Amino acid sequence: MDSSTLFGISTMAYILAMIIYIAYLAFRNSQIGIAATTVTVIGFVSQTGAILTRWTESYAQWTMFNTESSFILSVLRSAPLRNLFESLVFFVWCLILGYLIIEFKYKTRSFGAFITPVAGIALAFIGLSGISKEISPLVPALQSNWLLAHVTMSFIAYAAFAISFSTGLMYLILKTERHSEPSYIFWTITLGVFIAAFFAMGIDYLSMGIAIKTPEAFIKGYIFKATFLNENAVVSIISWLAAIAFIYFVWRYGHILKNVVGSFSISAENLEEITYKSIATGFPVFTLGGLIFGAIWADQAWGTYWSWDPKETWSFITWLVYAFFLHSRLLRGWKGKKVAIVAVVGFIIVIFTYIGVNLILSGLHSYGSAE
Amino acid sequence: MEENKNQTLTDKIWDFFSSITLAVVIFALIALTSIIGTIIEQNAAPEKNIKLLGKLFGDSTAPALYNAFDFLGFMDMYHSWWFVALLTLFAANLTVCSIDRLPRIWKLAKEPVKPLTDEQFKNLGKKEIALKGKAEKIKKTAGAAIKKAGFKFLETKEADGYQLYSEKGSYTRLGVYITHLSILLILIGSIIGIFFGFKGFINLPEGNTSNVVYLNDEPMWDRISASLGLSKSKAVRDADTGQFVMPLGFSVKCNDFNADFYSSSDMPKTYKSWLTITENGAPVKINGKEIQEIEVNTPLKYKGVTFYQSSYGLTPGGGENSVFKFRVTPKGGKTENIEARFEGSFGIPGTNLTGKIEDFSPALSFDQYTGRPFTYAEQMNNPAVLISFYENNKRKYGGWLLKRQPETWKLPEGHVVEFVDLWGIQYTGLQVRKDPGIWVVYLGCIIMSIGLYAAFFMSHKKIWLRLIEEKNSTRIIAVMTANKNRQAFEREIDKMIALIGKAAEGGK
Ligand code: HEM
Repeated sequence: MDSSTLFGISTMAYILAMIIYIAYLAFRNSQIGIAATTVTVIGFVSQTGAILTRWTESYAQWTMFNTESSFILSVLRSAPLRNLFESLVFFVWCLILGYLIIEFKYKTRSFGAFITPVAGIALAFIGLSGISKEISPLVPALQSNWLLAHVTMSFIAYAAFAISFSTGLMYLILKTERHSEPSYIFWTITLGVFIAAFFAMGIDYLSMGIAIKTPEAFIKGYIFKATFLNENAVVSIISWLAAIAFIYFVWRYGHILKNVVGSFSISAENLEEITYKSIATGFPVFTLGGLIFGAIWADQAWGTYWSWDPKETWSFITWLVYAFFLHSRLLRGWKGKKVAIVAVVGFIIVIFTYIGVNLILSGLHSYGSAE
Repeated sequence: MEENKNQTLTDKIWDFFSSITLAVVIFALIALTSIIGTIIEQNAAPEKNIKLLGKLFGDSTAPALYNAFDFLGFMDMYHSWWFVALLTLFAANLTVCSIDRLPRIWKLAKEPVKPLTDEQFKNLGKKEIALKGKAEKIKKTAGAAIKKAGFKFLETKEADGYQLYSEKGSYTRLGVYITHLSILLILIGSIIGIFFGFKGFINLPEGNTSNVVYLNDEPMWDRISASLGLSKSKAVRDADTGQFVMPLGFSVKCNDFNADFYSSSDMPKTYKSWLTITENGAPVKINGKEIQEIEVNTPLKYKGVTFYQSSYGLTPGGGENSVFKFRVTPKGGKTENIEARFEGSFGIPGTNLTGKIEDFSPALSFDQYTGRPFTYAEQMNNPAVLISFYENNKRKYGGWLLKRQPETWKLPEGHVVEFVDLWGIQYTGLQVRKDPGIWVVYLGCIIMSIGLYAAFFMSHKKIWLRLIEEKNSTRIIAVMTANKNRQAFEREIDKMIALIGKAAEGGK
């Protein structure tokens, strides 16, 4: 089987798993729960297979161009982490792995319904955009072991942060009472914006319906062009109004979600603990891989370990936000909700560092493109 | 924090700097101001940012806004006085905070584990197991198990048996402080770099040698010592370009530069320069070699100065000393290396054929429809040479030989003329840096990794085992504490106790 078939299987599996997880939440039947986990594991295994297949494909390509390169070097250089989309696949893989570990350790299936859709949608998005088939050779600046370690560890950390984001959000959903409470307003707006943005990207895809060649082309050329950034002012205004109405709707009826999360077999204390533990794992990994290895790579490739370019600066901001999280727990009166908000904000910053910088700002990192 | 009327001013300042609230405020301030620095393009031409501000806030206010932001230092924000002040505040906060808390933590880390009283035994979470055999014997098995788990243990004799008490990882309590210390180290290292290092570049044509680099800014230390009248600045300002010319103390020569591409595409694969360092008139051997190969991601370091492959291009004016290099193989004959100049000629050994070089293109392509040759790029992406071949002064045939296309090297008679290179026309762009602080920065990074590992993945664990001798059997009661991740530790203890049980049963 080639890698795109396997990616297809894992995409379907994750989306199916989402449906089964939701059914599990509705019926609380342990057999349904086991089915959900099984389907997730199938998705994970076939995704692993897809990544390995792709790895061998790009290995073959690398050795074709670099006949003199040693086996280990060829394996490293052909690791499928060469562009935005491949790294997104790896991120999804880490996320599912992290989730399965938590499911196993905390004996709770409750937030599978939150994680699997993210995985499924991300993979579907990659698959549909037609990127996965192309394997582009590595430009000189990207031929570095430090870069490889940097990217790998960054995405492991991002997956840990993504988990803390979802548990932080669930914690807030559970713990807020009134519609006027800042924490309530915060989580409803955050959730509303996320869903609206996902939706808008779906509309982008449906209305353009084309295979986009590069991530940069997608980000610069297509994203939100069907809705918020539509050339037609009427469509654009309607999109904005619809998004605002939707966010209002989430705010108005968000308390219903509280009952849903409340019915999970996971306590607020456990959610808080998972939030902390994921960040406590993600933070050192991010520090070493994201910042230190990134700096060493920049030092080797560009001759400066730190140049305050936008991507570096946003990584630094991410790091500060999580340092803020770790220290705010030590402050008097900063328990629970406030700290959870910091965890949620942290991951929003991560997303911006990952995609927003390329979208809005561009620096010498601009991922995957030539120098 | 208790309010204390008798607090002196120093105490107040100390309290201010040792508070975590301040730390959290500084985190937020640095993060927020950094965001602005990524929106406004740093060190850019004013028009760029005026345009950007115009887009964000309207064209009419943009120039005024620009002036305001410029006044506040946002155009080179990360070097502005207030950003440096924020970092200094951050460092002070970190230092004072750590010094403030260190003694307490140090005591906790150094304090040896003591046997517990009955009362304490009752209050801590415990595990129990009863085993056959005398306490004396069980003690041996238990001791071995504790040791195996990496604990050092001590024992006391008690009325009804023994108590074994032990601890592990007491120094991991210092992990947080090590992390904090490492941040200071990194800051210090970067300051050393700013003061005593420099950043510059050289564009070095193939075959040329340079003993200076060009800097955009005068090195900080030179500037300071020159303005204090201590010494003359080493770097000399070039009146024409405004750049500073800095002597290296040795010289660097570019023997050759080459850009490689993936098969037939223009996707770059490697950029490579071959350099030679010369000092006191003699070439220097590094790792036993005179010629050093550098690439993107593999720089060359000599005497604290690092040379990075950073750009390349064609020398303006074409490089007067450039030569065409060929590898010529007459049919059935031996391969020879041959050089020729532009518009010059060369012979094919053993034949009457001579080739005359008529034209050169750094990046040749043929028009899709007319088939006419044209140059499609200014770099040497696809170098080609137009050669006419003569036999007895009569032109026989001619055509383009492309460096990247071996099928163009074959002549009708079966001779092969490989176009190897036009040497001397390209320059290599080297980024040159000296940073004596980098080792401090890297040391800081290593220490930070260790500190974070200790802070998050290790904990200070204590375990007490009480062995109570009963009739024919010994009861073991275990209690434990850990400053982090207690559950994992408890599972560890469960395993250990199971191990003791097994060992005692299978006991000799
Ligand atoms: C970006 C810089 C900083 C980093 C990366 C950092 C890192 C850390 C880490 C990883 C912890 C352990 C947290 C935990 O176990 O949950 C910690 C704790 C702490 N940090 Fe920082 N820190 C930074 C700056 C500061 C500053 C400026 C202060 C000044 C007040 C400070 C004061 C403390 C204190 C008091 C603790 C608690 C120590 C304890 O538990 O006894 N930190 N820091």
